[in-house]
Amino acid sequence: MLAFVVRRALEAVLVMLVVALIAFALFRYVGDPINQMVGLETSFEERQQLRQALGLNDPVLVQFVHFVWRALQFDFGVSYQFKRPVTELIAERFPATMELAFVSALFSLVLGIPMGVYTALNRHSWLSKLFLAVSLIGISLPTFLIGILLIFVFAVTFQVLPSFGRGEVVKLGFWSTGLLTGSGLRAIILPAVTLGLFQMTLIMRLVRSEMLEVLRTDYIKFARARGLSDRAIHFGHALKNTLVPVITVAGLQLGSIIAFAIITETVFQWPGMGLMFLQAVQNADIPIMSTYLLLVSGIFVTINLVVDLLYVSVDPRIRIDRRVA
Amino acid sequence: MVEQLQVPPLRNEGRLAAALDSDLLHAFLRSRIAVAATLITVTLVLAAVFAPWIAPHDPFDLRQLNLLDSHLPPAWLADGDPRYLLGTDDQGRDVLSTILYGSRISLGVGILAVGLAAALGIVLGLIAGYAGGFLDALIMRIADVQLTFPAILIALLIDGTGRALFGEHRNETLEFWVLVLSIGLSFWVQYARTVRGSTMVEKSKDYVLAARLIGIHPAKILFRHVLPNVIGPVLVIATINLALAIITEATLSFLGVGLPPTQPSLGTLIRIGNNFLFAGEWWIAIFPGITLALLVVAINLLGDWLRDALNPRLQ
Repeated sequence: MLAFVVRRALEAVLVMLVVALIAFALFRYVGDPINQMVGLETSFEERQQLRQALGLNDPVLVQFVHFVWRALQFDFGVSYQFKRPVTELIAERFPATMELAFVSALFSLVLGIPMGVYTALNRHSWLSKLFLAVSLIGISLPTFLIGILLIFVFAVTFQVLPSFGRGEVVKLGFWSTGLLTGSGLRAIILPAVTLGLFQMTLIMRLVRSEMLEVLRTDYIKFARARGLSDRAIHFGHALKNTLVPVITVAGLQLGSIIAFAIITETVFQWPGMGLMFLQAVQNADIPIMSTYLLLVSGIFVTINLVVDLLYVSVDPRIRIDRRVA
Repeated sequence: MVEQLQVPPLRNEGRLAAALDSDLLHAFLRSRIAVAATLITVTLVLAAVFAPWIAPHDPFDLRQLNLLDSHLPPAWLADGDPRYLLGTDDQGRDVLSTILYGSRISLGVGILAVGLAAALGIVLGLIAGYAGGFLDALIMRIADVQLTFPAILIALLIDGTGRALFGEHRNETLEFWVLVLSIGLSFWVQYARTVRGSTMVEKSKDYVLAARLIGIHPAKILFRHVLPNVIGPVLVIATINLALAIITEATLSFLGVGLPPTQPSLGTLIRIGNNFLFAGEWWIAIFPGITLALLVVAINLLGDWLRDALNPRLQ
């Protein structure tokens, strides 16, 4: 077990180093950092001095080591657009994205699991067919189109929910939250539904197929033979055993929720990291792009690592498999 | 059905007859969803291909545009103009015509991107599966790392890098190809993994061994002999990926990092229309949106059906 943990952790570090190399290459070679920092009237000598001062004349390997060293201390340089340290900008927008991701993940689990259980238990009811049809749309339609349709229905036609921004926010230390005010709660509904719809349909379909699989097994038949109530069988025995893959997928999907937040944040003008990253792509603001890349990969790699380890500690069958293989 | 499988491989002269008499065609005609999805897909593709001939207006011909005709609602509404069936946008362009031209661009980017991804994935997968060892480990490690990240993020990143690299020199053609490249490069992994898996199985079979014994060049063995045996699943992935590539393109264009308004894809059209949604001019965004949704759902259904139909375990 320890060897497995160590190997996985080493792999994660390796992946992060590769990502850091890409981020560094972006930063160093795409567009001249000096040109972005100085005005047109700066002379050639001054540019050379700045180049020397910033260490851009050092060997590339030394520069890369410096880059990683600074990144470890959360120093990612200054944004070309905003002329402010990237770390500051990210810290300001981090809470907005995290709240959106958290609420939409919650939404997808709270709705997805019961819908999955229902469609598995009542395979032929019309409601199940409706759920499955809706899930097909949820999987097929692009996120931004769902967002626009929701805005059109709830913000433009019925005018019941706001279509942009976070509403009022409350400061809790460094964290600004919109979850404590009425307008903030109303503002998060449409973006969270937009972002969570795909995950919800995914979880629903997964729970459904896992439930169908489990309901066929012998121990469920045995439980029925023992005369247990349907409730106890369905929720105590069947659902419990479907949850391991659901936890894995939900965990891994957290990463893609953060990535797809870029789209949702743009549609709803949600002031999070995704919106800032997109503006950085539009304006070729490399420091923000490379920082976002590092941050998001850090989150992804951590999630993958945690899910891997959780999986092994939750499901003993996997441990045996690995030892044999 | 089992008898069908035991028929020896047919020569060219029998292929058409075999295709007309195959299980696949019968299964296809029996599935109402598959037929409907095909009809929708074919209609939309034909409409896109023949856009210059069937579109009522040429939305890119500035002489035909009249700002007095802008913001007109669809023809069946009170202020509608019968010349513009689905209304006009802010520049007085006919929405129906822009949709036709837009699907052309969306499909073009999608098909080229899937082609690029498939070609790259097949070549790398064949090499990894056949060569094994270091090359295999290297290619598959890159694939693993890339698979950690959602495709849309990778496409955005490549697209952003391209924009930064070309800076002010970029133009419509360049943006088109940067888009194709960024989507293509973000989808190759799936093909590589599938092809690698089946190549490793094929590699140990007698016909490959025989080919190697008589000294055929490895490249020829791979492309002439192994490739035809591993291509089946690739076609299924490609169909499903086409829908994904079209969505990705639309998303990038909607986000404003795809195609410019002068060369609008469906995504760009929705982006333009989104600005007028609050003014109640829903038709500018909603009609391209419906077209995109129809196209994607139809292709997805077709891909799903194809996957099930070609899966021997389900027959």
